[in-house]
Amino acid sequence: MIDTEIKVTPQIAAEHGLTPDEYARTQKILGRDPNITELGIFSVMWSEHCSYKSSRVHLKRLPTRGTHVVQGPGENAGVVDIGDGLVAVFKIESHNHPSFVEPFQGAATGVGGILRDIFTMGARPIAVLDSLRFGPITPGPPAGSATSEEIARNRRILDGVVRGIGFYGNCFGVPTVGGEVQFEPCYSNNPLVNALALGIARRDELFFARASGTGNPVIYVGAKTGRDGIHGASLLASAEFSEESQQKRPNVQVGDPFMEKLLLEACLEAMRTGAVVAIQDMGAAGLTSSSSEMASRGGAGIEIDLARVPQRETGMTPYEIMLSESQERMLLVAERGREREVFDVFHKWGLDAVEIGRVTEDGKLRVLNHGRVAAEIPAHAIAEEGPRYERPIAKPAVAPAANSALVEFAREGADLTENFRRLLASPAIASKYWITEQYDSMVRTNTRVGPGAGDAAVVRLKESKRAIAIKTDGNGRWGVLSPRLGAMHAVAESARNVACTGARPIAATNCLNFGNPEKPEVMWQFTEAIDGIAEACRVLETPITGGNVSFYNETLGKPIYPTPILGVLGLLEDAECALGSGFRNEGDLILLLDGAGADGVRSGGLQAGELSSSEYAKTIHGVVAGAPPAIDLAAEKRLIDCLVQLAAEKAILSAHDVSDGGLAVTLAESCFDGGGLSADVNLGAQDAPAEAALFGERGARAVVSLAPASLARVEAIAAQYKIGAQQVGRVTRGEFRIQYKGAPVIRGNVDSFRRTWSESLGKAIEAAS
Amino acid sequence: MKFGVVQFPGSNCDDDAYHAIGAVIGQPVEFIWHQSEQVSGFDAILLPGGFAFGDYLRTGAIARFSPVMKAVGRFARSGGIVLGVCNGFQILLEAGLLPGAMLRNKDLRFLCRQVHVRVENTDTPFTCAARSGQILKIPIAHMEGNYFCDPATLAELERNKQVVFRYARPDGSVDEHDREANPNGALAAIAGICNRERNVAGLMPHPERAVESALGSTDGLVILRSMVESLSRRAAERVSA
Repeated sequence: MIDTEIKVTPQIAAEHGLTPDEYARTQKILGRDPNITELGIFSVMWSEHCSYKSSRVHLKRLPTRGTHVVQGPGENAGVVDIGDGLVAVFKIESHNHPSFVEPFQGAATGVGGILRDIFTMGARPIAVLDSLRFGPITPGPPAGSATSEEIARNRRILDGVVRGIGFYGNCFGVPTVGGEVQFEPCYSNNPLVNALALGIARRDELFFARASGTGNPVIYVGAKTGRDGIHGASLLASAEFSEESQQKRPNVQVGDPFMEKLLLEACLEAMRTGAVVAIQDMGAAGLTSSSSEMASRGGAGIEIDLARVPQRETGMTPYEIMLSESQERMLLVAERGREREVFDVFHKWGLDAVEIGRVTEDGKLRVLNHGRVAAEIPAHAIAEEGPRYERPIAKPAVAPAANSALVEFAREGADLTENFRRLLASPAIASKYWITEQYDSMVRTNTRVGPGAGDAAVVRLKESKRAIAIKTDGNGRWGVLSPRLGAMHAVAESARNVACTGARPIAATNCLNFGNPEKPEVMWQFTEAIDGIAEACRVLETPITGGNVSFYNETLGKPIYPTPILGVLGLLEDAECALGSGFRNEGDLILLLDGAGADGVRSGGLQAGELSSSEYAKTIHGVVAGAPPAIDLAAEKRLIDCLVQLAAEKAILSAHDVSDGGLAVTLAESCFDGGGLSADVNLGAQDAPAEAALFGERGARAVVSLAPASLARVEAIAAQYKIGAQQVGRVTRGEFRIQYKGAPVIRGNVDSFRRTWSESLGKAIEAAS
Repeated sequence: MKFGVVQFPGSNCDDDAYHAIGAVIGQPVEFIWHQSEQVSGFDAILLPGGFAFGDYLRTGAIARFSPVMKAVGRFARSGGIVLGVCNGFQILLEAGLLPGAMLRNKDLRFLCRQVHVRVENTDTPFTCAARSGQILKIPIAHMEGNYFCDPATLAELERNKQVVFRYARPDGSVDEHDREANPNGALAAIAGICNRERNVAGLMPHPERAVESALGSTDGLVILRSMVESLSRRAAERVSA
């Protein structure tokens, strides 16, 4: 137990992760030495996780304004206007390190944390997506990318993470509608668990975390405070992993989705009384961050007495209470004289609601313990005046892996069917149904396009004829080969996926997963990625409304691939126009839309360098090299606009973008949803080697299907947006066939391909280790 | 005719049931808080899905002690129509209003997917508008849907034709041991049962999720419409009596 009477020394400050300069800064702010509680407060609030001290100077370069944006970064979540007096509230956040230390609870509380960020703004959560990255769960291909011990552990981590996400979301009653999963060796000891939540509110009923009204009561609601999660933000999220990381298990919080469900209903009901002035959830850094940030944003002070905080354990010190990260708690400011209305709502739901303090006008966070001052710090200094670093940046001499040998193309006319089958069976490409059916994807009865049914999830709005489409994306392999291009592709792919459902992308949220920012090469990756995101978001008109930076994703000195995850949100004017990715009818035409123009296929992935960075190169040739495909953002934008119009006019029946696995996988996946439908495709003669044409992953392309009668209209719309529209085949039954240069290069029974694709992941995960 | 949807702390399909009854089939509907001690004024009670009281101890084990359950018991004994969906079914089992119990799904995982169920019996207020043997596509979403009871109870259920729905293949054939067709491993592929008096029923699939074609199926409507039809018939009988 840490006693308030402990004398703070520079050594204790260092043990709290404060540098000598940062410690000196605390002394300057206070005009004296901090006591141990104050030191704890500074250490969590100035941790990388809470203060963004390494990233903030760079994040300023992201575009954050746009016609739809109501609230950009700086609040609990971003807010965009979606018409009819409604707003969409959304944000993505990481819970990477906790999910490695304790996969089930780590992932569960990751979902819980992001849900609170949404409903603390007065929005009811209507969808969750999860972007997951794990180490290999199969011995190959490529062979030798992980030891059998690592593979077994990766499977356990995946299993725990999936169970944890389901445990929390299913009970809370929010549908988990999408996301994505990728596998790379670099995530073996550092999985990524990024959770995105989306909520809906009336624009005039939004709540903000700005304390105001001197004398207004500060009310603690929700679960009791315990010793769990102390220093989760500073020690777990803001440091690399070492061999002793498993000992950090006590730093992982424990989630109770039932409590969170009660908290949701009670908070929304309390907000409707009109007696709530401000509210903020207690997430990272718990009571410390919620109190100091609410005070700072509102330009006020807050005084609380810890003796009144509901506690689960006895004998907790002020230090422990202030730093606890116990879950399912909120802090709110009510209107003086109307606290009874708030208490009544929370008591109806069986929750604690206790006045623990009041809003003051002195701008200080004053923490009392039984009336004695335990800490007193200017709120603004804690929340906003933390250190900012312009960390050294150095471009690595050679991008890791970029110089390895490139793919050698198969000889002309070779049958690629077996390669194709292996690709369909690889965990990255295979169906994720084994995972998604463990999530309730339908509760709240709004899920129009659920997991696997479309390129993005589509959630209808009962209050409006509109619908929201949303998707996460991010390719770490491309990130390591070129952080800037990789980041641009992440934005473009996510936006393209949203557009394939017929929705117009209007805003984005991002979760930036990187290594140790104190390493100049990592910082270079970070700044490159920021510039890539900024450029792509500008061109695609998807401003960043919020998100999260996760640094220190390293174990034993090895950083993960730079992995920016983009979550793009789109708006469908008419939910009836939502498109899935699966073919619909035998006899429909299959067109390849290409932003590169009419001769787009010819140049598709022509270079061995581009193909060498593809899923195909990694899986079939064991090659991760070259560079991500070149990107043409203007072409991406034209393709998006074209897809939106095609959907709005109901001219096409399905749309599926070309991405992981290339055109061949896109075509196959479009068959796997449709009750025995297949495709007969002839790509004609082109210059590119067959493998490049079939498996290259160049962007700005999508496969659409349509009734033959719609062909003229589709071609006219495509021409209007300068999009190439090449008729490549027809929807059939039975045999799946792709011809190239006049000869079949892939052929086989569609059901057998589908079985390979649909069963591989479950088999891999459940395989005896 | 008025429907009541009971809200327990942790119910999470309450809004969906309310929407299906109110907005989709256009019937009067109100929520009933779990601490209500009476349910007078309602013609049919629906216990919705979710995780009442967090499913702590056992699914439905705490919810059965809510004050409203005494009232629901009285309502049921006096012939009122009660339908439990998913967690609501589990609560009816714990409350003793239906026989048997739920085990965890056979593979110990939560399962959310579209399934097919066969209507085994149309002589209930929940299936009177359906055809016998009709196949309904309705989603499941549960961790504990593996119905179980002792052999004597099963024999009695079969004898009295209390099995209302069975998991089936899309063509209507039933095979208890086919994990595709009977995904949670339920005894005799039982998806839903009613009591001897036929006025209380529970099923694991969610009919309220299958009432709009935009969301994938409208096959759940027949269950709600059966309830409306049988309530109308009862009302007419009362008038003519």
